[in-house]
Amino acid sequence: MNETTAINPSARTVEAVPIPVAMLAELTHRCPLSCGYCSNPIELTRRSGELDTETWIRVFREAASMGVLHVHLSGGEPAARKDLPALVSGAVEAGLYTNLITSGVGLTEAAFSDCVARGLDHVQLSVQGVDAESADRIGGYRGGFETKMRVARWVTDEGLPLTVNAVMHRLNLDRLEETIQLAVDLGARRLEVANTQYHGWASINRAALMPTEAQARAASRTVAEARVRLKGRLVIDYVPPDHHARFPKPCMGGWARMGLCIKPEGKVLPCHAAESIPTLDFESVADRSLIEIWKTGSAFTAYRGTHWMPEPCSGCERREIDWGGCRCQAMAYAGDASAADPVCEKSPAHGRLKEAIAVVQATEAEIVPRRMSKPTAARPA
Amino acid sequence: MSAAAALKATAPPEAPRPAIAAEAVPYLPRGVRLRHCDIRKSWFLLAPERAMKLDPVGAHVLQALDGQRSLDGVVDHLVAQFQAPRAQIATDATAFLVQMHERGMVALK
Repeated sequence: MNETTAINPSARTVEAVPIPVAMLAELTHRCPLSCGYCSNPIELTRRSGELDTETWIRVFREAASMGVLHVHLSGGEPAARKDLPALVSGAVEAGLYTNLITSGVGLTEAAFSDCVARGLDHVQLSVQGVDAESADRIGGYRGGFETKMRVARWVTDEGLPLTVNAVMHRLNLDRLEETIQLAVDLGARRLEVANTQYHGWASINRAALMPTEAQARAASRTVAEARVRLKGRLVIDYVPPDHHARFPKPCMGGWARMGLCIKPEGKVLPCHAAESIPTLDFESVADRSLIEIWKTGSAFTAYRGTHWMPEPCSGCERREIDWGGCRCQAMAYAGDASAADPVCEKSPAHGRLKEAIAVVQATEAEIVPRRMSKPTAARPA
Repeated sequence: MSAAAALKATAPPEAPRPAIAAEAVPYLPRGVRLRHCDIRKSWFLLAPERAMKLDPVGAHVLQALDGQRSLDGVVDHLVAQFQAPRAQIATDATAFLVQMHERGMVALK
């Protein structure tokens, strides 16, 4: 029996507008934690700038009407929004598979039960470390670890599927085995072993966070062994860092092909980190319908398909496999968002990327905890 | 977070497949549900970070899971619905449900 996962075979031509599968809804940037690996922008949206309940619910309806199947309610910490249960209702009533991505901190049992009663489908809980000492140091929040353990029990007691999301970096990658065991102990069905993405605040902490070569190799082995050992009990999602690959990953499954992201103030982004590309203009759901933005918004059409590709991408047989890789990585290391992802061995900036990575891996640095805005003296008084 | 993860297929099963007992009751566990997508004109099975497009037969099999019917009951239901030979339907439905069970998309009680 056929079980194709190719939802969107029509996206073969540049002009075709693909149907998106998933939407990341960043309900708020507020968060009680101060993780140094936070990939949200350095300057965060304040509470007063956040979309209201009604607008979010309209956006969920528009997303469902254009074919989005999954919505990820995220942040910041989405539980910082008092209207979280109402937003869950809005997403569920729109027909979306509704996933709550939470740190657990600030989520009350009453609010959680309310979300479940309204049809929440799945919870993804972040963990910063395998014990209170290490986790609370990374998260910058005393008591955070204990809170997470409690929230995990609420989720499994309700019978809801639980995914544990562990962001890994130089300071905790040596404890990957224990992290996997923690996910098992918490009754998670899935574990995302997420490599730190060096966007936003995390870019400040690259030198403190980027794993060493030896760590990265050991992690791949640990995951491979655990997948065999835990088959049928725990699914482990793990994508190794791509610095050593010959070809880039198809970031986001291709720009503006499968997913989109809404920021707390309503700006619509083709990917979470797209604001690192200074030439792009992002439109807001406050001004235009989500559907129009997806179809014709300039940030979406800029790198959708293959029309924008220069060499070596345009003549490459892999252009519709990896879709040029990551635009943000091209911006960061090649200085040009339309260049080939420098991870690609065909990229002229490939050597520069390798050198930059090697330098960062050999650098020791103190981690700078997340704050609402710039950490430097340049910050206005 | 990667949107592509939503489409990632699980590795194909390698081991020989155990059959599901005729009296076992297959059902969709919490967090797994069917949805018709009007835009794509197709049924989908939605699960955490997964969206699986179903062909019409797969959709009918999963729609027959009501938490009460045993595998035998599911097959009876499909036979009545499609007036097809029972042996053929039993083979197809069982193979499909075994595969879905291995992926954690169908539970048994």
